[in-house]
Amino acid sequence: MFESLSDRLGATLDGLRSQGRLSEEDIQKAMREIRLALLEADVNFGVVRDFVAKVRERAMGAEVMESLTPGQQVVKIVHEELTELMGSAGSGLSFANRPPTVVLMAGLQGAGKTTMCGKLARVLAKQKRSPAMVACDLQRPAAVQQLQTLGKSLQVPVYERGTDADPVEVAKWGVEQARAQGRDVVIIDTAGRLHIDEELMDQLVRVKQATKPHNVLLVLDSMTGQDAVNVAQAFAEAVDYDGVILTKLDGDARGGAALAVRAVTGKPIKYVSVGEKLDQLEPFHPDRLASRILGMGDVMSLIERAQEQISETEAREMEAKLRKSEFTLEDFLGQLRQVRKMTAGQGMAGLLGMLPGVGRQIKNLKVDERQIDRVEAIILSMTPSERRNPRLIDGSRRRRIAAGSGTNVQQVNQLLGQFKQMQRMMKQVGKGKMPQLPGLMRR
Amino acid sequence: MFRTADGEDAPEPEPEETGRGLFARLRDNLSRSRRAMAQQLAGVMFDPADTEVWERLEEALLLSDCGVPATVTVIERLEADADAGRLTTADELSARLQQIIAELMTPSDDPRIDITAHPAVLLVTGVNGTGKTTSIGKIAWHLREAGRTCVIGAADTFRAAAGEQLETWAQRAGADFVSSQSGGDPAAVAFDAVAAAESRDRDVVIVDTAGRLHTQGHLMDELRKIHRVIAGRIDGAPHEVLLTIDATTGQNGLQQARLFAEAVEVTGIVLTKLDGTAKGGIALAIAHELGIPVKLIGIGEGIEDLRPFDPADFARALFAGGE
Repeated sequence: MFESLSDRLGATLDGLRSQGRLSEEDIQKAMREIRLALLEADVNFGVVRDFVAKVRERAMGAEVMESLTPGQQVVKIVHEELTELMGSAGSGLSFANRPPTVVLMAGLQGAGKTTMCGKLARVLAKQKRSPAMVACDLQRPAAVQQLQTLGKSLQVPVYERGTDADPVEVAKWGVEQARAQGRDVVIIDTAGRLHIDEELMDQLVRVKQATKPHNVLLVLDSMTGQDAVNVAQAFAEAVDYDGVILTKLDGDARGGAALAVRAVTGKPIKYVSVGEKLDQLEPFHPDRLASRILGMGDVMSLIERAQEQISETEAREMEAKLRKSEFTLEDFLGQLRQVRKMTAGQGMAGLLGMLPGVGRQIKNLKVDERQIDRVEAIILSMTPSERRNPRLIDGSRRRRIAAGSGTNVQQVNQLLGQFKQMQRMMKQVGKGKMPQLPGLMRR
Repeated sequence: MFRTADGEDAPEPEPEETGRGLFARLRDNLSRSRRAMAQQLAGVMFDPADTEVWERLEEALLLSDCGVPATVTVIERLEADADAGRLTTADELSARLQQIIAELMTPSDDPRIDITAHPAVLLVTGVNGTGKTTSIGKIAWHLREAGRTCVIGAADTFRAAAGEQLETWAQRAGADFVSSQSGGDPAAVAFDAVAAAESRDRDVVIVDTAGRLHTQGHLMDELRKIHRVIAGRIDGAPHEVLLTIDATTGQNGLQQARLFAEAVEVTGIVLTKLDGTAKGGIALAIAHELGIPVKLIGIGEGIEDLRPFDPADFARALFAGGE
């Protein structure tokens, strides 16, 4: 199971605090942990090598050597360097002076291009633009129908000429249709293709030449492994895309492939897609993806959503608790209830996955509403003093709680284990080890 | 490819390019990728004390998405052999390396698709975009080539036009097609497909399912339900639960396999899209940590582009360059 880098480095380095200084060997160990964590997150091997070299250089400096918490200092450096490598926040599409703005989608099979066309069209329609889509994936059976169905649900026109036509011709014709009908953005869906398929890559180049797109976007599956670099490079050489859209980030993939793409091609990541529904598209935030790659959870997104739900005073109280590390099971229960308020459209697992540290564990347990009910029942079966101090809960109390909540001892143990982990994470947050957090909580 | 009731291997269709098997194709693809292991090792006198050789090996494995734990296992076994003096040349190293990987990838039981039951039910599942529908079309085609009749059930009632896509494949493969309208209950479609196969006396039922992320609890519950409904209709069914894994997938593939296997007892992996530059090393990680065998591989968009998995071929393709 993945362990977060913060945990790993904490275990490796924090124990050395009493020695005052870090030796060369300690740094070596830390770099090894970083390397493994990044490889597990699918960051490209070559990128990892360069990255670790850079971090090592900084880690040898005074900010770490003289720190009381070298482990967290190293995490901080890694996070900063990752964020920097990831580039600036997603800039949206560029729009043509004279409409229609042409957007060309490209990518491997199964990356999520067609769904992405629909999502993009929805975003544009919300911005009071009038998008249209062109069905140029004539390869995959029923790809045209899929785009039509999406178009229908969005009330966006889809230009198609069946599957016997030439995709280059269809693309060109589609753009002309859009111009004639006064649509101001036209999104061209293309067939998925392998980056080594010369014929199809050549076809993509011709689609680009024929339509002169203002935006060429590479759609990349966030679960892609080491091969992402080859894919990104080959598409860049062929069609010199303007940016990347990262899909399927609602799963538990770390998305390290994005880092490699960025490092190797220098192309920015524009959007991230977080679900199959058409409204689940978000602008890209480098710091959040950096946290995710490090296994720190998508804290910022969670907090942003929480801010809409939690009042300012509640947030202040929570922050104070975090600072004093007084996070109790009562707070946990309160949070669960808050979280439940926030799950609209996202699903429980998606939201809990954003919690630092615990997110992954909880998510792996396939949290659903019933499980939340169970957690609630378990906590409610504890006495107030037990909720405030779970250390009181010995074997016989566990049996009592299990009986009271209609669960079993294993389930009680599981919850207590999760809570302990969460408490540990919260403690780290509270100590200001993740410096951005308190400010954001305050707003 | 298939294990049949009469115990005979169903006839395999001849690969279209005679004398140019899968291995040659994979190797071709591989030689296009820049870091073929053999090229790195070629002409290198192997010295077990040379850390650079070990580092390059490690690099090759990690670059193939084999993941850290499987890579460590492979290297440790090699090191043990080297320490015992059994590896002295680069050729020996390379041969042993392939052997170890093939061993890790060879399942303990029959790697063929079990169609001994009548009808045999195959449930196909996986993450969005990994190639479920395409793989089903290919399996159905191969079944027909092997003289078997087949019903395809379209239990992906979620994605726009998924049914139409599958129906096209069913037509190409000459299989019966059972579906419901979009938004229908997938378990009901699975049930209908099995019932149709029984009443029409078909040999095999293949049930397609909607792509789902392994982290989506409610969708995994839905998958369990489909499984349960099939099992309720026929004892011992589904006889195969196949999980499609995209060969370009990184370490998340392991998590996919783990959670799908927890939900529905996956019997085998279909490793898709092996015709690109990705080498599918994640399958080694899955075999190493979960013991789930690869049963089929997808090597192109054509209907015939599906092959039984051969561990030795796979191991060679991971490392052999274009010699």
